[in-house]
Amino acid sequence: MLQSTTAPTEPQPAEGRRLPGDLAIWFFILAEMLAFAVFFATYAFARAKNVEMFNLYQQTLDRNLGALNTLLLITGSWFIVLAVQAAHRDNRPAISRNILLGWLCGGGFLAVKVIEYAAKFGAGISLSTNTFYMFYISLTFFHFMHVILGMVILTVLWFQSRNGAYGSHNAHGLESGAAYWHMVDLLWIVLFPLVYVMR
Amino acid sequence: MDLLKNPAHRAWIVLVIATAITWYLGEVGAAGTSAIVAMLLIAFVKGRLVILDFMELREAPRLWRILLEGWLIVVSSLILLAYWISLK
Repeated sequence: MLQSTTAPTEPQPAEGRRLPGDLAIWFFILAEMLAFAVFFATYAFARAKNVEMFNLYQQTLDRNLGALNTLLLITGSWFIVLAVQAAHRDNRPAISRNILLGWLCGGGFLAVKVIEYAAKFGAGISLSTNTFYMFYISLTFFHFMHVILGMVILTVLWFQSRNGAYGSHNAHGLESGAAYWHMVDLLWIVLFPLVYVMR
Repeated sequence: MDLLKNPAHRAWIVLVIATAITWYLGEVGAAGTSAIVAMLLIAFVKGRLVILDFMELREAPRLWRILLEGWLIVVSSLILLAYWISLK
């Protein structure tokens, strides 16, 4: 028996399970993750053929900056979770504030990466120096571009949140952007130990 | 504690501690099978927290949870396999 108050206007997923954000963003995230999976595996198997060389040049990487960048992305992700939680509580000022804080963490990541690249490029290292640096530069730069795209998305979310676009009844756009931002974090969580630490 | 009631706060604390452990393993020059397994396990735990508590897939349709956690398992296994080959 359908009562007017509970008549479903759209089908509810089984057991009340709900995918945050739009379905399309999750397909996009999955495609990105598959690309990175191929990249990570290619790095690991290329290293297996050239262990001494990879271990030698890995030691020239700045682990402190790599770890600092991990903390920045983790914290940036956390602020965006807080923004989504604020939307579900209809706490509008907290949505914008947390998006801004998350964006600043992303900006910090880019600044640290630029410092790291400046030191490497200043030392004359390039894509053609050797296989290890080819992987180091292309993997981290590919990820760097994703951080930039994530920050563009956060910028849009911030303007939208300032216009009162998000709340408990409309968090879809915010959740979609948040999911992408968390993917950027997730990829770095694998990339950092793989390229900077594991030997 | 109020702070620990929010799964996002708990996840953030564990992620920071786990990052510090990976950094420390690098500082002491940990290498070889046990170091590699430890670092992959830490990355797996961290990735899982991001998937479940940040992406909020814990309560999502199972397919998506399986797809993302499956990605983490496949990637870690491939890396482990490549490192295992390199140690032979």
